Amino acid sequence: MKVREVLGRSDYALISELIPEGARVLDLGCGDGALLEWLKANKHVEARGVEMRRELVQQAIARGVTVYQGDLESSLREYPDGAFDYVVLSQTLQELRQPLQVMREILRIGRYVVVAFPNFGHWRVRVSHLFSGRAPRTQLFPYGWHDSPNVHFLTILDFEETVGEQGWVVEKRMFLSGHIRGTVLPNLMAEVAVYLIRKPVRPE
Amino acid sequence: MITETKCAQFDSLALETGETLRGVQVAYETYGELNAQRTNAILVLHAFTGDAHAAGIDHEGKPGWWANMIGPGKAFDTDRYFVICSNVLGGCRGTTGPASERPGTGRPYGLRFPGITISDMVRLQKMLVDHLGIERLLAVTGGSMGGMQALEWAVAYPETVEACIPIATTARHSAQQIAFNETGRQAIMMDPDFAGGDFYGGKLPARGLSVARMVGHITYMSDESMREKFGRRLRNREEFSYDFDVDFEVESYLRYRGTQFVGRFDANSYLYITKAMDYFDLTAGYPSLAASLERATSRFLVISFTSDWLYPSYQSQEIVNALRSRNHDVTYCELSSNYGHDAFLVDVGEQTEIVKGFLTRCAREFRGAAR
Repeated sequence: MKVREVLGRSDYALISELIPEGARVLDLGCGDGALLEWLKANKHVEARGVEMRRELVQQAIARGVTVYQGDLESSLREYPDGAFDYVVLSQTLQELRQPLQVMREILRIGRYVVVAFPNFGHWRVRVSHLFSGRAPRTQLFPYGWHDSPNVHFLTILDFEETVGEQGWVVEKRMFLSGHIRGTVLPNLMAEVAVYLIRKPVRPE
Repeated sequence: MITETKCAQFDSLALETGETLRGVQVAYETYGELNAQRTNAILVLHAFTGDAHAAGIDHEGKPGWWANMIGPGKAFDTDRYFVICSNVLGGCRGTTGPASERPGTGRPYGLRFPGITISDMVRLQKMLVDHLGIERLLAVTGGSMGGMQALEWAVAYPETVEACIPIATTARHSAQQIAFNETGRQAIMMDPDFAGGDFYGGKLPARGLSVARMVGHITYMSDESMREKFGRRLRNREEFSYDFDVDFEVESYLRYRGTQFVGRFDANSYLYITKAMDYFDLTAGYPSLAASLERATSRFLVISFTSDWLYPSYQSQEIVNALRSRNHDVTYCELSSNYGHDAFLVDVGEQTEIVKGFLTRCAREFRGAAR
């Protein structure tokens, strides 16, 4: 069965392609554990998840996924250095209070981080704001100003700039519009960006 | 399902204090069938005043203390798993304890019974599991003091434990937990009928024991569950009595619970078992909890409840964080309940779902004994 049919979310399909057989994977904000369950069954990974919302944690446990119920931002410090091969941060970056701190912690506990985020630079967002004069509301950002879980609004250009400042190494970048992968004018055309990032190797 | 309590006899048990207990009996029940590979056994560990009768209905029609969790189609599904539960060492429901006859004297031990610990209870359970011919348990599980035993199992016999499910418990008793236990013990020992523990055959220290139980019951409930259950409702009256008779429903309930307890529980067992809980500290002899849990190789499912103030969630999180810091396979969920500490016994809907999912995985990924 195609991963997309199982997981629905287009970024999950890309993420599952990035993760190799047998890897140690931590999914931050793992929801109901669907991605981890798929990775366990199909890639035989050692799967761990962190999720805050109780109902989702229960669903993940019922699926047989190892999941820790707790706050993502404060839960990372318990994990030892290099505990994971891949840490997945899927559609969560924009919801974090301290995204940079979390990214640094992730790169401490994992060799690679797979980060996926909705692109605030997408043309529909721009058009929505320009013509309505209101906070953008699109399929990708469907919330009202007061009930949005998103506390940061970043575009692909913003993220690229941060990557440069932090000295992270981008192993792969992929852009999605619906289920279509594309690379033309990503900051305008891509709804979701998926990055595979690792820490720079510092000469001792 | 009518259940039968069975007994196993052992010549002796070496205790943590260095003493040896001679002629030890263990009362236990089993439910379901052990499979041919002997890979589906689950050891259920009871809380403070529980007993071996965990599931089904006994000859007197009394349901087991976890009958809502153990049985066909339930969390511990007896159509799939072989479930064992035994009365703890020091108990008074068939396993050797202070009310048992002291060998060669024709009289009960009373306070001559040696001091016991959670690890002694677990060592005796291991003898029972060996006696039943089971090399590796699919899971050990229990709530409250049962959870302490489950944790002790995971570190003392890692080669025997595939999965560990400690519920509403702690890796070490806190000052508050010790304080409540001490209050119960003092109530018992200050009862004139206690007679230094030699009350057998005479008048029981019923007043002390029932007060101890009343205190215990308060700690098992929550402010909210007591408000819902009793509020300020009066018991069979319209006005206050002004004579210290029962005015409120909650008074009536606690008195009833206290009195009922005297008929089924031994005051000396109360002393010994509460002390065993107070002595429990998984970190003893180790620089940290994480270092102590390093010995464990099982997968863990740790559960706590939002309104449990006797074994608050932070104590479970302490266990979970120690396990995560050493990269153990640990799943944790804080379930929402208004029932306080009693939740693991009475509010079992969500608990059932997650235990089922976890066990299904552990059975599927059964690793067998580490060689």
